[in-house]
Amino acid sequence: MTVRLVKDYLARKSMSLLTILPSFLTVLILFGLFQKSLPILKLKSFVQLIFGTSWHPLKGEFGLFPFLMGTLWVTAVAIIIALPISLLTAIFLSEYAPKFIRELSKPIIDLLSGLPSVVFGVWGILAVVPFVGDILAPMFGTYSSGYNILSGGIVLAIMIFPTIIHVSLEVFASIPFALRETSLSLGATKWETVRHVVLRKGAQGVVAAGVLGLSRAFGETMAVLMVVGNVPAVPKSVFAPGYPLPALIANNYGEMMSVPLYDSALMLAALLLLVVVVAFNILARLILVKAEKRAE
Amino acid sequence: MNNPLSDGRLRRRKWIEGFFKILMVGSTALVIGSLLLIIGTIIWKGLPALSLSMVTQTPKGGYYLGKEGGILNAIVGSLYLALGATAIALLFSLPIVLYLNFYARRNSKTAVITRFAFDVLWGIPSIVYGAFGFVLMVFFGLRASLLAGTITVALLELPIMSRAIDEVMRLVPKELEEASYSLGATRFETAVKVVLKQCLPGILTAGLIAFGRGIGDAASVLFTAGFTDRVPTSLLQPAATLPLAIFFQLGTPFPEVRDRAYASAAVLTLIILLISLVSRGLVKKFTKHIIK
Repeated sequence: MTVRLVKDYLARKSMSLLTILPSFLTVLILFGLFQKSLPILKLKSFVQLIFGTSWHPLKGEFGLFPFLMGTLWVTAVAIIIALPISLLTAIFLSEYAPKFIRELSKPIIDLLSGLPSVVFGVWGILAVVPFVGDILAPMFGTYSSGYNILSGGIVLAIMIFPTIIHVSLEVFASIPFALRETSLSLGATKWETVRHVVLRKGAQGVVAAGVLGLSRAFGETMAVLMVVGNVPAVPKSVFAPGYPLPALIANNYGEMMSVPLYDSALMLAALLLLVVVVAFNILARLILVKAEKRAE
Repeated sequence: MNNPLSDGRLRRRKWIEGFFKILMVGSTALVIGSLLLIIGTIIWKGLPALSLSMVTQTPKGGYYLGKEGGILNAIVGSLYLALGATAIALLFSLPIVLYLNFYARRNSKTAVITRFAFDVLWGIPSIVYGAFGFVLMVFFGLRASLLAGTITVALLELPIMSRAIDEVMRLVPKELEEASYSLGATRFETAVKVVLKQCLPGILTAGLIAFGRGIGDAASVLFTAGFTDRVPTSLLQPAATLPLAIFFQLGTPFPEVRDRAYASAAVLTLIILLISLVSRGLVKKFTKHIIK
């Protein structure tokens, strides 16, 4: 008998010890990257690094502004494309679609979220880049190689479809059926019910879904890197190439140890990404928790 | 009274209903179509260049100039890496999730904080894991190697797997647990003999999801696993990975090599498709033994 109790005790203690790991890891990642970005933060002011436009590591100039703008542009394009499409899809799947379509689409959306980013990148080069370069750019009267912000945004939009759809579906599912039935029984059409009941009740959740999609887009590396052009200048239009932060880190890992402060600058870039993404995530979770409480 | 159908306002409302319905169906078709288009394009471009020698040989001299060889180094490297990382992630996530569900009280501080930490970790981009892996490597004096890559990918997989297991473990009926306690089983015995058995399909699926993520991730192994033309024989050697092999082959100016990049992408896509199919099959097979 005691052996079994001792076993239970030991298991409990060791498991509770392991449970510290996730929180510890979060702090450790923040701390580790901060520690590594200290050398450059000691030499230059934070504002100077963030708003500096000149990136010449060999001359000791590490302005991150073009890369920040590259990230913002690509993320903005992605979210503008992805949000309406994913939302309409989620509404269709939750309110309109017959059961078999709903069941059928679930594995497809899961698969879309499971595809590796390199595969998205290869597809982007094969399909999106020629489409944007040869068809869209001439349509708008400009010339572009196709390796630009818009291509990055399109590929990214498809990558964040599953995130937004998934969270929205959960939000819509938590809205009581009685509310919809009340609206329908008063003579509202289905779309009016969606607009005035489902979307209003789920508004916060939809915002959270968008924020989660945003944070996913913000840190995506390989797929964007492969189609966005990687020119370190502040983009002036969606047909201009850009150079997002994650691409900067990924492209320069090779030479970063041979140039002084280079590694520190890249770690600062990673820290910036981390802080922004974590802030977005916390914001989205807080909104979701609040929305859940209100729904109860 | 007017015929309601001739009423202008009602007709307008119906028109709006139809308009949005078309938009919704269109959006859904676009989402599903984009997946089919991606897989279709990759397979269509990749299969012609795919040959037996590509998946059974390592790169020979001048491979990246269009000469003989294959990507066996990358396939094996990726499998080693993803298997090792998934095993490590499982080893840590399983006890943590068990503790959260069966030892900690539902709304206790530990449970809330740990779940929140998992959410935060889940959201961290893989390039940041890569950078952090690099920091760890420098700290421990490791070089880019299979070991460093595996650890980094394990960190990346940990939150993915934990959240997936947590979701199935929450669904275990309370009665089942209570029945086990009432028969005199300790919490640990209940957790291992009853709950784990009940959650087996969910745990397997979680493992496969994490494995798929691990095998397909490029940004985290870029710094940490390195790249080599040989199949690694020790944990301290660098290891090639499929996503990076695709990336590097695409970066060359030679059409033959770029074709092989498409073929490699097709291999990776097929692996992911296979994982998805297997996980569906496993769930069906193991659900039979589950008490509902």
